[in-house]
Amino acid sequence: MSSASEETYYIPNGTHWPIIGSIGLTTTVVGFANYLHGSELTVMFVGLAILIFMMYGWFGQVVDESLAGLYSEKVDRSFRWGMGWFIFSEVMFFACFFGALYYARALSIPWLDGASNNDATAWLLWPDFEAAWPLINLPSSDKFTVAKEAMGPWGLPAINTAILLTSGLTLTFAHWAIKKHDQVKVVYWLFATVALGFIFVGLQALEYSHAYNDLNLRMDSGIYGSTFYLLTGFHGFHVTMGAIMLLIMMIRAMKGHFNGKNHFAFEAVAWYWHFVDVVWLGLFVFVYWI
Amino acid sequence: MTNATTTTDHDDHDDHGPAYGLSRWITTTNHKDIGTLYLWFSFIMLLTGGSFAMVIRAELFQPGLQFVEPHFFNQMTTMHGLIMVFGAIMPAFVGLANWMLPLMIGAPDMALPRMNNWSFWILPFAFSMLLSSLFMEGGGPAFGWTFYAPLSTTYAPASTDFFIFGVHLMGISSVMGAINVIATILNMRAPGMTLMKMPLFVWTWLITAYLLIAVMPVLAGAVTMMLTDRHFGTSFFDAAGGGDPVMFQHIFWFFGHPEVYIMILPAFGIISAIVPTFARKPLFGYSSMVYATGSIAILSFMVWAHHMFTTGMPVAGELYFMYATILISIPTGVKVFNWVTTMWRGSMTFETPMLWALGFIVMFTIGGLSGLMLGVAPVDTQYHDTYFVVAHFHYVLVTGALYSIIAAYYYWVPKWTGNMYNETLGKIHFWWSTIAVNVLFFPQHFLGLAGMPRRIPDYALQFAEFNMISSIGGFCFGLAQVFFLFIIVKTIKGGKKATDIVWEGATGLEFEELPSPAPYHSFNTAPEVK
Repeated sequence: MSSASEETYYIPNGTHWPIIGSIGLTTTVVGFANYLHGSELTVMFVGLAILIFMMYGWFGQVVDESLAGLYSEKVDRSFRWGMGWFIFSEVMFFACFFGALYYARALSIPWLDGASNNDATAWLLWPDFEAAWPLINLPSSDKFTVAKEAMGPWGLPAINTAILLTSGLTLTFAHWAIKKHDQVKVVYWLFATVALGFIFVGLQALEYSHAYNDLNLRMDSGIYGSTFYLLTGFHGFHVTMGAIMLLIMMIRAMKGHFNGKNHFAFEAVAWYWHFVDVVWLGLFVFVYWI
Repeated sequence: MTNATTTTDHDDHDDHGPAYGLSRWITTTNHKDIGTLYLWFSFIMLLTGGSFAMVIRAELFQPGLQFVEPHFFNQMTTMHGLIMVFGAIMPAFVGLANWMLPLMIGAPDMALPRMNNWSFWILPFAFSMLLSSLFMEGGGPAFGWTFYAPLSTTYAPASTDFFIFGVHLMGISSVMGAINVIATILNMRAPGMTLMKMPLFVWTWLITAYLLIAVMPVLAGAVTMMLTDRHFGTSFFDAAGGGDPVMFQHIFWFFGHPEVYIMILPAFGIISAIVPTFARKPLFGYSSMVYATGSIAILSFMVWAHHMFTTGMPVAGELYFMYATILISIPTGVKVFNWVTTMWRGSMTFETPMLWALGFIVMFTIGGLSGLMLGVAPVDTQYHDTYFVVAHFHYVLVTGALYSIIAAYYYWVPKWTGNMYNETLGKIHFWWSTIAVNVLFFPQHFLGLAGMPRRIPDYALQFAEFNMISSIGGFCFGLAQVFFLFIIVKTIKGGKKATDIVWEGATGLEFEELPSPAPYHSFNTAPEVK
């Protein structure tokens, strides 16, 4: 990167990766939609394979160009703006589900019990319903699986909090090591971060099994189960993606792709990882704890 | 400029022209090519959504069921809305952004050219998926473009899942496009092009892009909840499980209201470019325009429930959302008065782009005023879900957003093709459209005030005359846009050669620094802005 001057801005030639990506995306979602109506998942997996192929090829090309020194500082700044705003879009995606959680807790559940001048609603619909959070006893349990109890914050969720916070720390150590050109330490600290990430995902799977089997808490256990599984599920998916990205950064660090000045790919993944971390803190407080 | 280490196989991009054939358009990373793709795509969608509108107006020509089944009629209103909002208006503005932003700020291209290609090439797939739902068993989505639960969850046809994933794909496309716009504007400006020297089209698009990134993910979340409610037993929008169908409306309109500004802020930018050119005066109150745009964007996040005055929310909520809504008229008024003041004592001429811009100012203001009426909670109880609402948002979206896009086309097409459009045909297009559009939408105010509900295939007899008038206007307006297609093709094929400055009063880098047509690669060396 240092070799390209500030005045030239690298404009790539034509590329076929986007159209492959579009075909992959479409195949994936069409496959999934058909699966919801009784087909096999084969088509979706074909789509996902195309998407993975696309990402490997596209990112591989970007890595090659970066190593060839085609990217000026200005290109680097475009990547920084791009990644930052991408993370903002993710923040808003999670905000949507947190919004649903707050709305249910603060408004819709109390209103079903007659709060805020809604006596008639409560009386006409489900007179026996009593507002509570976590909501175990639903207004009408006809078509739902009633959970036995709610998830508590202490135990695995608290341990997972400690794990994710620690992983943020080890990631920062890896960043310091990159800046000091200490390649061995970079790989060690990244390995620790990736390991913590996957341990988190593993423990979360254990937690799901506990919730599903022991507590009988399912996605169809009313609004509590809905918000619990969608919020933790999307978060778990993001942790998995982040851990895979970190793993790729580790491999790239082993190949010596980064130097003290030029390592934005690493930084972008680190930003993403910290974002996932912060989302977890929100989950821990509002979904598990209070 | 490009040094020895980069002379492998990547560095020849500055000199070569476009590739040939279909692969040029599929693989292109050039902002002008991608802008052209977006514009053509949006025009095809305009005609598609327009043909659905023709079905609607044909059915409503007379009372009674004439041509289509009520269920199909509902699919038409739904698809017309979805296609026009997501397929015609939004991609047209993105196309204009792609073409014009790099030229206006003196950049060689968009900041992230490969991603730019992907933003576009998701759209044909997304809309093929959406449109294919019309041919599926049970028909396409028939719950209105706002897809309120439980119509879109419990009672929706099987094809709704294709609609849901279509929205996901459009969202990905919009977010990537918006990220690209922000990165371009913040990082790619020529030396000397400070923020407060940027043309207003650049400013309005910067703020629009921010709105897009903030709300498209919320829409993605909303359709995701729909999907899990439909197939995985969640109860986000089901009161029996502790959720609430009204919550869907809150989430939808938290997206939907900023979406309204996503479709009008770039229009403000276009009008702010055209009016000074033909008034031969600088824009009056430039900085107040910038601040007004920012204020509108901020307010747009705080007013969403004015779409929901009749859902039974607490009176305190109604009052808050009413006052906040009415506040928006202040920055919007600033804009309208600034355009008028720009024209005050200017040396005005009335070429086609100026006619469309003036049409915008007059008729968008009519739409804005009916919006004020709708924003007043107690009277909205009367207007809600009537044809008055339909008239209102068509005045802001057709004579507002669409008029600005057509104005932008006439204003910049000489720079794109190097050819002047035919002035007589352009003027015919304007007057034809403007008379037709008012015959089409103005009577709908009266229909709404008299109590005709929206989204119905049949109506009571007292609404017959105005509906027939409206339908006649509709057919004429539709035909005028086919005439527009003729003008577009004719202008591409030939015409009087445009000068580099194009318009006598034109300012800005795209007119002052570049030849007409603009070369395939422009501003490889950044211009100096004083």
